[in-house]
Amino acid sequence: MIELNDVHKSFGKVEVLKGITASVEKGEVVCIIGPSGSGKSTILRCINGLESYDRGEISVEGLKVHRDAPSIVNIRTQVSMVFQRFNLFPHRTVLENVVEGPLFVKKEPRAQVLERGRALLAQVGLAEKADAHPPQLSGGQQQRVAIARALAMQPKAILFDEPTSALDPELVGDVLGVMRKLADDGMTMVVVTHEMGFARDVADRVLFIDGGVIVEQGPAKALLNQPKHPRTQDFLRRVLHPL
Amino acid sequence: MKGFWHDAAEFFPILMNGVALTIVVTIGSLLLSTVLGLVWAMMRVSGIKALSMLSASLINVIRGIPIIVLLFYLYFVMPDLGVTLSALQAAILGLGIAYSAYQAENFRAGIEAIDKGQIEAAQSIGMGWWLTMRRVVLPQAVRIVLPPYGNVMIMMLKDSSQASTITVAELALQGKLIASSTFKNTSVFTLVALMYLTMSIPLILLVRHFEKRAGKR
Repeated sequence: MIELNDVHKSFGKVEVLKGITASVEKGEVVCIIGPSGSGKSTILRCINGLESYDRGEISVEGLKVHRDAPSIVNIRTQVSMVFQRFNLFPHRTVLENVVEGPLFVKKEPRAQVLERGRALLAQVGLAEKADAHPPQLSGGQQQRVAIARALAMQPKAILFDEPTSALDPELVGDVLGVMRKLADDGMTMVVVTHEMGFARDVADRVLFIDGGVIVEQGPAKALLNQPKHPRTQDFLRRVLHPL
Repeated sequence: MKGFWHDAAEFFPILMNGVALTIVVTIGSLLLSTVLGLVWAMMRVSGIKALSMLSASLINVIRGIPIIVLLFYLYFVMPDLGVTLSALQAAILGLGIAYSAYQAENFRAGIEAIDKGQIEAAQSIGMGWWLTMRRVVLPQAVRIVLPPYGNVMIMMLKDSSQASTITVAELALQGKLIASSTFKNTSVFTLVALMYLTMSIPLILLVRHFEKRAGKR
């Protein structure tokens, strides 16, 4: 469903992606792990065209991703994104945040969209917050609203860019719980994360990225429990046993 | 003091005619400068190099010319080029253009103060440039822009007196005419000053209200 073929990307003189080839099947949950600055987030941002790439090709359901082509709108309405810092619209209520895309981009009928918006808020456990403004919510609540906003687009896949990294530790569980449920329901998900427990339990596959290349990839449990490459082993040891 | 009140009662009605024109000039040029300023600002942040450079040069040219020269140009030079404007039209146009440069820079600062993540979130739900501006960026930028906008309103009110230089009989010119025919300079200009101040006070209160509101979120 999502295909990356030899994708290269540089910021100025720094090459952050040095030939990424990967694919994500429908209904699959793929976690991308790796050290900071390894290019994990850049991969996600290239998939929905927030970032351009220099070489290679990315396609979503056969449609080539090109940031400046009109077709990018089509791709973005099919592939939603959840950001590390939530990026909710602070001047709109929670419900308005959720229905913004369907209402103004997809131009779906208002009554139907509002009903779906409320149902999604209930699904992420925030039905009673519909009329609150995002700054009044905790980080965990805001991220769950952001997930509802992503779902409201009725996407074929959702990209998660370190969705729990900006949260207080005790709020991480709520967000991961919602994500796990999505995975169980068969949503196609690409998740950049440092939550190894989540990756092990929920992901089908894990990609370990370092220095702009995929160092190792494989089934989640196998890769996380018995990493083959020394760099993967080193990274996992540091993440799982920081002391 | 008794003399002042006597003079005030006598001159007030004439000066009120000036006040009416002052308000017309202020509101007219405020609207024009807002629209033009918004256009320049949008060109500036459009991401299209030619538009943004054109807007930047326009703003610099406008900023580099004194308002009074701009007014003279519109009122005295334009007829030579076949465009005849009434004094009032020239005043509104001149002040509107002059202030559009400041408005544009103010609007641009407001737009650029919006977190990049907001724009990315808008893009990620498929919004194009214009929809992102209209639904996400501008509504948030308004909050930031309003306090300085209020200050521009106050400056505009006072600078509308420059229209007197091209014969618009607004408050300052009315005052000058009365003073030069009655020689009651003190009474007349005290009264004129008080009338400007009276018009400024609601605007000053408005700015304070905007600032309080902007500080809240």
